Amino acid sequence: MLKNVHFGPSVLPFLLVAPQIIVTIIFFIWPAGQALYQSLLIQDAFGLSTEFVWLENFVTLFDEEQYRNSFGRTIVFSSLVAFLSMSFALILAVLADRVIKGSGTYRTLLIWPYAVAPVTAGALWVFMFDPTLGIVTYGLSAMGYDWNHKLNGSEAMALVVMAAAWKQVAYNFLFFLAGLQSIPKSLIEAAAIDGAGPVKRFRDIIFPLLSPTTFFLLVINIVYAFFDTFGIVHVMTAGGPAGATNILVYKVFSDGFVGLDLGGSAAQSVILMIIVIGLTVIQFKYVEKKVAY
Amino acid sequence: MSIFKKLFVPAVLAAVAGGAGLASAATEVQWWHAMGGTNGERVNKIAADFNATQSEYKVVPTFKGNYTETMTAAIAAFRAKKQPHIVQVFEVGTATMMAAKGAVYPVEEMMKDAGEPFDKSQYLPAVISYYQTSDGELLSMPFNSSTPVLWYNADAFKKAGVASVPKTWPEMKAASEKLVAAGYKCGFSFGWQSWVMVENFSAWHNLPMGTEENGFKGTNTIFEFDNDIVKTHMTNLQDWSKNKLFVYGGRRGDSLSMFTNGECGMWMNSSAYYGSIKKQAKFEFGQSMLPFYPNVIKSPQNSIIGGATLWVLKGKKADEYKGVAQFMNYLSSPEVQAWWHQETGYVPITTPAYELSKKQGFYKSNPGTDTAIKQLSLNTPTPNSRGIRFGNFVQIRDVINEEMEAIWSGDKTGAAGMDEAAKRGDVLLRKFERANGS
Repeated sequence: MLKNVHFGPSVLPFLLVAPQIIVTIIFFIWPAGQALYQSLLIQDAFGLSTEFVWLENFVTLFDEEQYRNSFGRTIVFSSLVAFLSMSFALILAVLADRVIKGSGTYRTLLIWPYAVAPVTAGALWVFMFDPTLGIVTYGLSAMGYDWNHKLNGSEAMALVVMAAAWKQVAYNFLFFLAGLQSIPKSLIEAAAIDGAGPVKRFRDIIFPLLSPTTFFLLVINIVYAFFDTFGIVHVMTAGGPAGATNILVYKVFSDGFVGLDLGGSAAQSVILMIIVIGLTVIQFKYVEKKVAY
Repeated sequence: MSIFKKLFVPAVLAAVAGGAGLASAATEVQWWHAMGGTNGERVNKIAADFNATQSEYKVVPTFKGNYTETMTAAIAAFRAKKQPHIVQVFEVGTATMMAAKGAVYPVEEMMKDAGEPFDKSQYLPAVISYYQTSDGELLSMPFNSSTPVLWYNADAFKKAGVASVPKTWPEMKAASEKLVAAGYKCGFSFGWQSWVMVENFSAWHNLPMGTEENGFKGTNTIFEFDNDIVKTHMTNLQDWSKNKLFVYGGRRGDSLSMFTNGECGMWMNSSAYYGSIKKQAKFEFGQSMLPFYPNVIKSPQNSIIGGATLWVLKGKKADEYKGVAQFMNYLSSPEVQAWWHQETGYVPITTPAYELSKKQGFYKSNPGTDTAIKQLSLNTPTPNSRGIRFGNFVQIRDVINEEMEAIWSGDKTGAAGMDEAAKRGDVLLRKFERANGS
């Protein structure tokens, strides 16, 4: 016979959980609530006159062609960044995994860019590609190509993508390398004995076994491209030329902190918040369950 | 003993220092500004010099980033009830500040309340008319005002055989063609393009940028810069960019290096680049008035100012405002203003400061440095050339910049770009009108 054990009511568990709950409320729930409330208001910059407008800010946003364009642009931007940084990282990780001598040095060098602040990374790239002073521009013009990302939107986008991807390669590299090293050597050796070449081994054994890592990184990279690239865009192009690099997170800043349109900006950040929540749900649902291990 | 020394000596020193501090406790006046680099040092010098003249008040200047950052910092501080006494706000923020009636202490009213003498007639009309209400009350204290001028490379002109500095746009085109033919990478470039090529272009040709006297009479304004003359100008610039007569190099001062490197023979931007150009250019340079279209206007009207003014924020004690008022008087004294003007290339804001610079022989030894002030006071300002005062203008300027970039890159025609800019601008004007409930 099973005996039901009842613990008497105790404050201890509540006390133990309290710090976490307090932190969440202060640093997440409260500001998020503020943003939500602000997104329903039209207010002047100084906060002297306020009008409650329900969802009007959201309606205006989707009426705005620039916002819709910014949405599409962000999707292009983030997929490019995720694809570039992940594929490069995978190649580098595979190479670093094969190296025996001096592998520690290679790995350390490859991880360096991750320690660079986004703003610094942006400044670095923008100097190299400056239309007047840049060293790369100089080389390109010697080859007959006139680079001017201050005028050409696609060039500006390419530049921002490059800088953003470059910074993220190191992070992806770390995870891919760890993933590669956790694949049992015996599996690969068995395949080699069966006559599978390096390409076939990679395609049929290594890459499928890396799929949980890849999926996790995909989500992380998209989140990164969506939210952490603000500094890079700010330094390199400030959203220009003609809005060609004005991605969602930058638009929140420029509408809110430059344009002082707090309601509109808050509405945009609420939408971004919904996107993050969506991405997190996807990650938990699929990374944890559906991806084959 | 040694422990005793270690603890006791600093304690005594601290007590003495604290006591001394108490004895001369000066009322602090916070001044937030956006002047970085060398200009920041000049601002610090002005504050330090003022502090040395008296012991009652202590002005503390704080650098808060660029113009936009300084303004948003002050607004955020006001919302948190931690605002500074004085904040430097650029001219496009004027409408936002004006609309904030509960937050801003009009300078003229403050001077009167503090019992400080204040003679408005000494200020240059072109400078203060921008910052007055429709009843003529001065809202903020002019500090660093500038206007766009035409900078030229005299050596390049000689090499390319350009005989005289262009006065009109057709002459600009001819000169640029010669420069490009002589091997220069471009004829001309410019920065702060909305300010130079739309706002000042309109005033210079006596064209309205918007209704309601460019926003001076009310917030119910509609943009009018989408007129045929501005559109034609945009189309011309687009045409000229095809054969490098004009090359675009960025929104703010980014294209400065194109001029100082000797790539472009001419550059249109603020007179306040005087210090930078003087330091960087290894050729003989000069400044001259902006070009105009002779088929639009016989002779140009006057240009409008840029730069910033000092706004006083409400919510401080009355005796602190006395210090603010004294400092304002010090700041606009002829000596300080003449020094500031000659060091930076900003316009002297008062007639006495201008006269003093003349007397000191500054314009004789630095020919052309009075271009800006001459250009501003060329004619009595009309409703079209008094300035502009549109709400949300920081954002609208970015809209105009975006559309202009689309024109330069060939994505849009001059007409389509300006139509779109005016349309998007009007939306933001309506938003401002609504948010400010007037």
